Amino acid sequence: MIDLGPHAIFIVWAYLGVAVVVAAAIAHTILDRMRVEKRLSILEAQGLRRRSDRPTSRPEGPAA
Amino acid sequence: MSIDSTVKGNWFSRIAHPGQFASWTRPVVLPMAIVTALLFAIAFWMAFFVSPAASENVGTTLRILYIHVPNAWLSQFVYAVMAASALGTLVWRHPMADVSMKAAAPLGATFTALALFTGSLWGRPTWGTYWEWDGRMTSTLVLLFIYLGIVALWRAFDDQLRAARIVAIFTLVGALNIPIVKFSVDWWSSLHQPTSVLRPDGPRMPANILTPLLVMTLAFTTLFLLLHLVRMRTEIRRRRLYTLERNRAAALEQRA
Amino acid sequence: MTAFLAVIGRDLRLAAKNEGEVLTLVLFFVSVGVIVPFAIGPDSETLRRLAPAIVWIAAFLSMLLGLDRLFRPDFEDGTLTLFRHARLPLPAIVGGKLIAHWLLTALPLVLATPILALLLSADLETFWRVVLSLLLGTPGLAALGAIGAGITVTLRRGGLIAPVLITPLAIPILIFGVATIAPPAGAAGSASAAGLFLAAISLLLCAITPFACALAITAGED
Repeated sequence: MIDLGPHAIFIVWAYLGVAVVVAAAIAHTILDRMRVEKRLSILEAQGLRRRSDRPTSRPEGPAA
Repeated sequence: MSIDSTVKGNWFSRIAHPGQFASWTRPVVLPMAIVTALLFAIAFWMAFFVSPAASENVGTTLRILYIHVPNAWLSQFVYAVMAASALGTLVWRHPMADVSMKAAAPLGATFTALALFTGSLWGRPTWGTYWEWDGRMTSTLVLLFIYLGIVALWRAFDDQLRAARIVAIFTLVGALNIPIVKFSVDWWSSLHQPTSVLRPDGPRMPANILTPLLVMTLAFTTLFLLLHLVRMRTEIRRRRLYTLERNRAAALEQRA
Repeated sequence: MTAFLAVIGRDLRLAAKNEGEVLTLVLFFVSVGVIVPFAIGPDSETLRRLAPAIVWIAAFLSMLLGLDRLFRPDFEDGTLTLFRHARLPLPAIVGGKLIAHWLLTALPLVLATPILALLLSADLETFWRVVLSLLLGTPGLAALGAIGAGITVTLRRGGLIAPVLITPLAIPILIFGVATIAPPAGAAGSASAAGLFLAAISLLLCAITPFACALAITAGED
């Protein structure tokens, strides 16, 4: 292992902390996306559509 | 997803439609992720094997700077992105501008917090304390509070579209004030601390320090751009979700 | 011009009807000056040294307390919507309300400074510098408060978030405000520099506030 010098502990903690937070940010971004997609797929499976998706003679809900 | 068939000329207005933006950016995400990972791998290798263990100015805590400087840079860069997006919302009414603003804010807060964290860990062996009220750290702390205030402001509104213009105004007011804050904090800290604080090497840094620093900065910047892009795409989907949920609630109300 | 003065006059007359509000604010201001010695200790030498900071913090907190009153009553009774469609441009209306707000919030604080100066063992020269720095800096605080109020007026519980938004931006005013009264040892002549910076910041904020505020109110009501 390379010599990190007398302040090695600070270097290690700094890199660890940054790694943890960056990993958490990435995880949150991915999980957030997955959560939104899951809820969307549930709603779309129920047959809901936006007005602009598919023209239909049946009146949909009020304008967004 | 609905795609407007009458696509306008220049790319700027083409990506204005959320559906267009989403389909345009889908093939970009995975390559960007790979590039980011590669850059980080190279940057870490350089930080530990190319860089010297210590420099004249800074000493053996040099390696901490390799992750402190990119985060400090990002804390300002992300605000610049937010301010530019705010202008896009207010002046050009570009529909993706407020999505960009909203996606950037929590990321900016995160990187600013990391800048403070790494700066504090750098400060402990250098100054002896985990916190000093010196000009740069204090300005960064104030910037963190501004970011957190913006995040809180987004969450305070139910209607995110109405929130967009208001947050944009506050972002621009903040952008105007940030240089004033930096100036006043520097003035204040120079009054109270006649001793100058150690600063990292200037532009005449030797190549084996400058290169790892630049690569690491590039790696962090691409990380931000990647996360920003993904969060923008998620926000588009989230708005669609809210629209559908609202429609469903309204339809249920009609039937009741 | 008469419309502009009418806006100011309206706010002043409305406040005259509930003069309790102005007095409450002054009471809060003095209260902060009263509780600080309990926290710090009664040593008058320490208090004299910290008096500029204590007065400024008290003024800052009082201005934060008063900022929601600027637009919320008008928002709740619909006057704000009327203002948006008035012939007088909305920035001018905001400017008028800002002037009235300063007269009702900051001026009473300045008039109450003798009480704080007495409680904190400040000498006469310090007292006059306190008054000067408050006169120079409170317009800036009022302007920032107005921006915070304009941004959050359409939120139901917006009054809580506005101080959080404003505080980081008000730091320069605090720094230069305190320095105008008492620059730290070894920085002679910087008091006037601080005062000039303070005045410049206040002017800048007062200049942009009517427009930023009007934009925020219009955006919020859409």
